[in-house]
Order: sequence, then structure tokens, then C-alpha cells
Amino acid sequence: MSDYRIQGATGEWEVVIGLEVHAQVTSNAKLFSGAATEFGAEPNTQVSLVDAAMPGMLPVPNRECIRQAVRTGMAIDAQINKWSRFDRKNYFYADLPQGYQISQLYHPIVGEGSLEIEDGDRVKTIGVERIHVEQDAGKLMHDQHPTRSYVDLNRSGVALMEIVSRPDMASPSEAGAYLRKLRAILRYVGSCDGNMEEGSMRADVNVSVRRAGEELGTRTETKNVNSVRFVMAVVEQEAKRQIGVLEDGGRIVQETRLYDPDRNETRSMRSKEDAHDYRYFPDPDLLPLELDDAFLDECRASLPELPGAKRARYEALGITRYNAHVLTAEVESARWFDALLDAGAPAVAGANWMTGELFGALNRLDKPIEESPVTPGQAAELLALVADGTLSGSLAKQVFEIMLETGDAPGRIVEERGLKQTSDTGAIEAVIAEVMAANGDKVADYRGGKDKLFGFFVGQTMRAMGGKANPGVVNDLLKKALG
Amino acid sequence: MTVLTDLGIREIRDGVRVGTFSARDVADAFVVAVSKAKPLNAFLVETPDHAIAAATATDDARASGEVLKPLAGVPIGMKDLFCTKGVTTTAASHILGGFTPQYESTVSQNLWDAGAGMLGKLNMDQFAMGSSNETSAFGNVISPWRRSDGGNAPLAPGGSSGGSAAAVAARICPGATGTDTGGSIRQPAAFVGISGIKPTYGRCSRWGTIAFASSLDQAGPMARDVRDCAILLEAMAGFDAKDATSLKLDVPQWEAGLNASLAGKRVGIPKEYRVDDMPEEIEALWKQGIEWVKDAGAEVVEVSLPHTKYALPAYYIIAPAEASSNLARYDGVRFGLRDLPEGAGLQDMYAATRAAGFGEEVKRRILIGTYVLSAGFYDAYFTQASKIRTLIARDFERAFEQCDVLLTPTAPSAAFALGDKSADPLAMYLNDVFTVPSSLAGLPAMSVPGGVDKAGLPLGLQIIGRALDEQGVLNAALAIEERAGFVARPEAWW
Repeated sequence: MSDYRIQGATGEWEVVIGLEVHAQVTSNAKLFSGAATEFGAEPNTQVSLVDAAMPGMLPVPNRECIRQAVRTGMAIDAQINKWSRFDRKNYFYADLPQGYQISQLYHPIVGEGSLEIEDGDRVKTIGVERIHVEQDAGKLMHDQHPTRSYVDLNRSGVALMEIVSRPDMASPSEAGAYLRKLRAILRYVGSCDGNMEEGSMRADVNVSVRRAGEELGTRTETKNVNSVRFVMAVVEQEAKRQIGVLEDGGRIVQETRLYDPDRNETRSMRSKEDAHDYRYFPDPDLLPLELDDAFLDECRASLPELPGAKRARYEALGITRYNAHVLTAEVESARWFDALLDAGAPAVAGANWMTGELFGALNRLDKPIEESPVTPGQAAELLALVADGTLSGSLAKQVFEIMLETGDAPGRIVEERGLKQTSDTGAIEAVIAEVMAANGDKVADYRGGKDKLFGFFVGQTMRAMGGKANPGVVNDLLKKALG
Repeated sequence: MTVLTDLGIREIRDGVRVGTFSARDVADAFVVAVSKAKPLNAFLVETPDHAIAAATATDDARASGEVLKPLAGVPIGMKDLFCTKGVTTTAASHILGGFTPQYESTVSQNLWDAGAGMLGKLNMDQFAMGSSNETSAFGNVISPWRRSDGGNAPLAPGGSSGGSAAAVAARICPGATGTDTGGSIRQPAAFVGISGIKPTYGRCSRWGTIAFASSLDQAGPMARDVRDCAILLEAMAGFDAKDATSLKLDVPQWEAGLNASLAGKRVGIPKEYRVDDMPEEIEALWKQGIEWVKDAGAEVVEVSLPHTKYALPAYYIIAPAEASSNLARYDGVRFGLRDLPEGAGLQDMYAATRAAGFGEEVKRRILIGTYVLSAGFYDAYFTQASKIRTLIARDFERAFEQCDVLLTPTAPSAAFALGDKSADPLAMYLNDVFTVPSSLAGLPAMSVPGGVDKAGLPLGLQIIGRALDEQGVLNAALAIEERAGFVARPEAWW
């Protein structure tokens, strides 16, 4: 149970949140036609006769879209329904050419599943009620002509997965964590690119409020929210608004709302009074979808290692729980780390280096990991140079900076710039002698019991060696020299 | 000298093959016949160029010694429900007035691939809704038949494939395509004294055929005899990946499999098809049919289809429900009619367009369908009707444990006069009482002429078969055809 509470004028309130996420299925073709699905194409250039609902056109299910929905269901340990059915949801709108949307109200392809989220240091399981596949609609453009609206049907018929959560979330941060986790899973599975800016993932946010322990209040649904930040804002604003209404003696109307990010508020779109009667019925152009074991086996076999399993594997390699979490949060990071391991890097040092050095550098450069100037192979080589004593930690940092700039391999950088660490005891002893000679007073203090000065001698020696001395050797020789 | 337009499909095909006449001669003869027959109002669009081009291609192929295609040299009529590339396709509606598809329906494409040519697009009941061809936005089709007892009122050719029926009966095309949702091939075939078969649901692709009720619609041939139907159906049928309900099966060689002997076969007589007030002549024809199949060697057994009486009400819930949804795409946004009143918004445009574009019968069915699917009534109507449909299918399965085919009348009466029933939709719907049950069950069913009534008007007998047993249906129909010796034909008064 979250301890998130909102203090109203009359006491504390809890928030109850459920999310319906629409995720565009990664597929080259639409759900029921062969038309392309590329984002950003010129209006009406990706529209088949079926998508435009020309007379006599018929839908034929696209196997790849079905496969992706099944794989997604498997990734959240959901029940996969071997028998599912497409219904028609009937309503008139100019962006809906058929006059109905083909969806799966009564018999979805994926049933009950769940998702584990981390909210701070709390772990919580959020129920997923169902995943069904359905067609997207087109888009109306009202700003192209003074008196007319134009219709772009590029999105018409694109496959969506509607992923419906249980009302199991109780704070904006839980809602945010759920959406991020869901996005990560979809991207691991490869069933949706999770690109919220391009609209390939968007959420309808169901929010209600109640006094602690009371029954569920009336909910509102805020449609088409397109970022994690906005989802969290919707929860916060909508909960505050509802509490305000209730504390003023009003009632919450079950209605559809939309979010205005510029004013950070939700606004009423339509109320239940003018709700449609969608006249759902089984689509007579399509037979029920029946999945056989071979198909399910193939779907299961094609699943990648998922974040939970990956984390456990990393932890078993000795990587800290925190680092394992950081490395698995996004599929690209995990892929990069796996490539690093494949290139022979030691697991713990590799994880530390990646979460520290690499992520820091990418942050600075404002680049996603897919665009890292350093490859996993080069990084493994760098870590190997540290492990075999060729590079000290500080030298490794220098070499890494040069790698980021030039894209060169670390071995070559070390070679060309003479950045090799030295363990030459004679040279180091000579420098130590110079340092001691120049700091006679500190030598005396140290020998008199000021142990903390040891670090000072290490620093002086390293500086004099241009950072190239082997710190272990420096330590040993200093101890010996200082007595 | 042979009158080319008196020839059927097989005769034309064989005559062209052996060179008795050229395909071009045949096409020319029918093109002239079509243009002369305008008073029948059977054709909405005439496409002489299409027919002549196919004929010329056939003659050229023959001249260069190529093996001719199965329908080479045969011109046919296309029901206007089939989308034909570059040729106006309206489903006899105003809302699709002037619509010219940029694509060819699978069934019509199959026919052109088999060498057939198109004489034109045939009139029909609007969106295939009707049993008399009085709902076309382009006027009634008039049956070529006249009563012999002095009644001179123009007769209904049946519906919805009324234009197809009239054209074949009038010898202005040797064969035509029809579609059958609840009897739209069989009832008009019976009314005009020709043959027509609705194959098993899924045999013919629905792709490119304007939808009425998707789970029932099925294309089929209409021709002068059983063999011609077999030939035409072979060319029309086949698996189509573009139709998710298409059957993934090879097309049998139905023509080669024709056999009029019913020895060892059992013919079932469903007792529930003896409806109240059935005209004596229909009853007599049915008895005669029973004698014919016995004569062909069949054993006749009485069977029971206990849910028959619920078929018509169930059909008139399911078909309009699907239609109400299927016809939602005619909204004035992308094609066809758009009625945009001054200052109208989107909803006003929909309302005005659909009010102006759909005929009364279509509107009636859209309203019924919308009602039976609406939230408060879905279970009371659509769910119940779907259950009845399952029970009816089970009735047939049980009956077919006792027999191979069923024999029934096709329609409860001979052709009636235009205008006789158009004021009473329920009386009109009763016309489908014998054809609807097999449609709900998706079974193959055929009408074959059995004789004429006192006024000299044709009457049909219906054969219903097991799923996929078109051959059994065709064979039983052939046995009847041979014994009935039906030769009556309408006088050319047009």
C-alpha cells in the first residue's frame, strides 16, 4: 500500500489509478491489411483499399501482429487465450472509414497477467487485466483549410495492443513506474517501440479518490496522455480536482477528460450522457482466432531474456542489486552490457565502469546508449588494460576521454600517446626519494605518527610520475621507504 | 440456322472450341440482344466492349492454336454487387451512384481469367435487400414472363438477383452471376424458370463483393441448366487469401462429376417445410419431385428440421444486424453521394447523405439491425438469433445422418405481380421461408425448374446438400431436370 495521501480541507484522501495503455504493435503492415505503417509519411500515402473501407473490402488478420500480442502477454506471465474473437465497435466518425473499429471486447487474446514495479525502494505487483488487439483510427486535420477538415488515414488500421491494468496504483510515482516498466518490457520483447512522442504509446488514465479504507469512488478517464511525466501530472491534478469537488459537496461525474499540458489541467471532453452505444457484435468477416501449440511454442521460444531474469543473472555474477537494476532498466543498456560481457570484460568491474564512467559520459554528451561513441569491444579492451596493470584507474579515465573523442581503440591510444602505466621499481624509487627529500618535515611528521600523510606521499609520487606509475607498486615502495 | 442467343454456356463453349461459330459472333449476338431488351431494365450498365474484347482474345487464341480457357467465348452478365474495375458499380443504390471501383472482385476476376467476357452490370435489389427487385434505385426489373391466364400485370423476377434471373430467362445472356444471402439466387431462379446454385459458404470469395450480411453472403451462378451452373461455378469458386472466411480447398471438377443417377442415394423430405396455406400447385410439384428422384433411383425418407419455424425470424435479425454495420461505410466522406446541407456539421452530413442515398428497404433493415444490436436489446435479439442459427445448423447435421440431400420447394409461390407485396414487408420476407434455413447453416443449395403453374409461370424445386457437397446437389438437380423436361420459355415481348 502506498503511503501517498492528499491532504484536503476535511482530511486525507487516497488515489486509485488504473491505466489503459495503447501500444502500437511493431510490424511492417497493418492489423488487417498489407499497408505500411511507417511514422511521419505524407498524409494518405499508406492507405490500402481495406483501410479506406472501399466497398467489398475485407480484413485479413496479420499474423505478425497477433504474434507480437501473444509474446507481450507471455512477457507479463499472462494467460494466453487460444481462442479469441474480433468484435466490431460501431460508431460514426470521419477518421473511422469502416464506421466501426475491429477490437476484442469480449474475448481478448491475452488475459490476466501482472507486472512488478519499483517505486523508490518499494516493490509492488500491478495486475494486468487483459491485452487485446484492435485497429487504430485515422486522424482529422482541422487547421489546413478555413472551412474544411482533412482526413489522414495513414494510421487507419494500424495494430494497437490495449493493455488494461487493474486499479492497483495509488500514487503518481507508481503510475509513472508502471508506465516506465511496461514500456521497458514492450521494448525488450520488441512488440512496440514505446515512442510516446510519435504516439506509438499513449495512456488513458483512470483516476478516482476516496477516504482511506472506503469503497472506490467514481472515476474519470483522461484520454491519450503521451508521456510518463504527463501521466503523473494527470493523476496529481485530477485527484486534486476531484477532492476539491467532493469537499465542496459536489459529485464526480463519470466522464472522459483530456489533459492540457500548457495549463497543467484536465478538461471535460464528453460525459456519460452523450456516450455512444457501440453495438458490439462479432465481426462476421473474421473467423475466431485460434492459436495452436506450435504457434505458442514459437512465440515463447522467440522471447528474449526479460529484465527480471537478466537481473538475477547479473546479481549471480556478483553485481550489486542496484547496478543490476540500472543495467536492466532499458533494453538497450542491457544489450550493451551483455555485449561487454561477450567481449570478455569482467562482470563486476564492467558493471561499475558502465554505470559510472559510460553513463556519466553519455549524460554529458546527451546521447542514448545506442549512439555511444565507444563500442562494447573497445570498452572490454580498456577494462582488460586496467586488469593487467597496463592502465591505472586515472590513466583509464584519460584513455576513455580520448576514446570518446576519437573513437580510437584503447590499445592504440596507449601505444601512440605513451600512456602506459609503469611498474619500474627503480624509476619509482628514484621519484620517491626526490619527494621525501623535498618534504623532509612531512616525513618526520609521518614517522612521528601522522599516518594520514601517507596519501599525500602517494599523490606527490603519482603527480611526479605523470599519473603513469602503478599505484600498487607506489604503495608498496612508499611503505618501505617511509619505514 | 442456330440462333446464337438460344445457346447455353456449354453449347457456346463447345461450339467456339470446335469452330461452329466464332466467339465474336456470339458476343455480337448477345450485345444486340442486351440492347434490345431495355424494357426489362435488367442491365444497369452495358459493357459491349468488355464482351467483345474477351471474344476477340478467344478467337485470336484459337487461331494461333492455343488451348482455350474453360469459359473462352462465353459472355455473361455480372450482378452489380460485384466490383468491376473501371465499370460503375452501385449495388443498385443511389448512395453509390457513379461509383467506379479501381479494383476487380475476386469472383469477377476468376471469370475473366477463365476467358469469359462481360455484357454488363445487372440490376438487383438495392444492396441485395429484397425479394422482388423492387428496391433498386434504378427502377424495377420486369420479368420476361407473362401470365397465360389473361393477367397482364408486369411480374417480379424475384430478388435480389432479379436482373440476373430476368436476363438469363430472356436469353439476353447465357449465364450470370448472382449472390445469395437468404435465397437471392434460388428464389429468382425459381421465379423465371432457370437454375441457380448457392455453394457452401466460403467456396466463393467475398472480396470485392459489396457486403450485405457477411456471414451469409455467397456468390453463385445462374444459368439455364444444371450443367451450365456447374461450369460457371467451377470458374467462380476457389480459395482467396484476401477473404478470411474463404475455404482453403481445391475446386472440384463438378461438371465432370455430373451424374443423374441417384441409385443408392437417400433424399430427405423435411416435414416442417409443409407450411400453412402453401398453394396446391407447390404441394403438387413437390410430390412430383419426389417421384422424379425415386425414378432416378433414390430412396425417399421423411426427416425433421424442428427449428425451421425460427429460421426466418432469426435471419431477419442477423442479416440486418450485419448490414447495419456493413453499410456504415457509406457516409459521404470518401466516395459516392455526399449531401452537405448549408451550414451542416459532420453529423448533419451523415444524416443527410444516408437519408438521401439509401432506399426505404435498406433504411428499414439498417434501423432493425441497429435496434437489435443496441445495448438493451442485444441479448433479447441477436444472442437468441445466433443460438437459433446454431440449432438450425444442428438440425441439418442430424438430417444428413439419414439422407444425402434434401428436397423442398424453392419458394412458396410462383412469381407475383410487381407491386403486389411491396407495401407489406413481412409478406415479402415470407418468400424466403424455404431458402433461409440452408443459408443460416452455410449449406449448398440449388433451385431447378420443375414445371409451371396454371398461369404458365415457372415453379422451382430446391435441393439442399451437406457442406461442401455441391456435387451431390448438382446431381440431384440434374436428375430432376432430366425428368422435368422443362422447356417453357417467355415470349420475347420486349
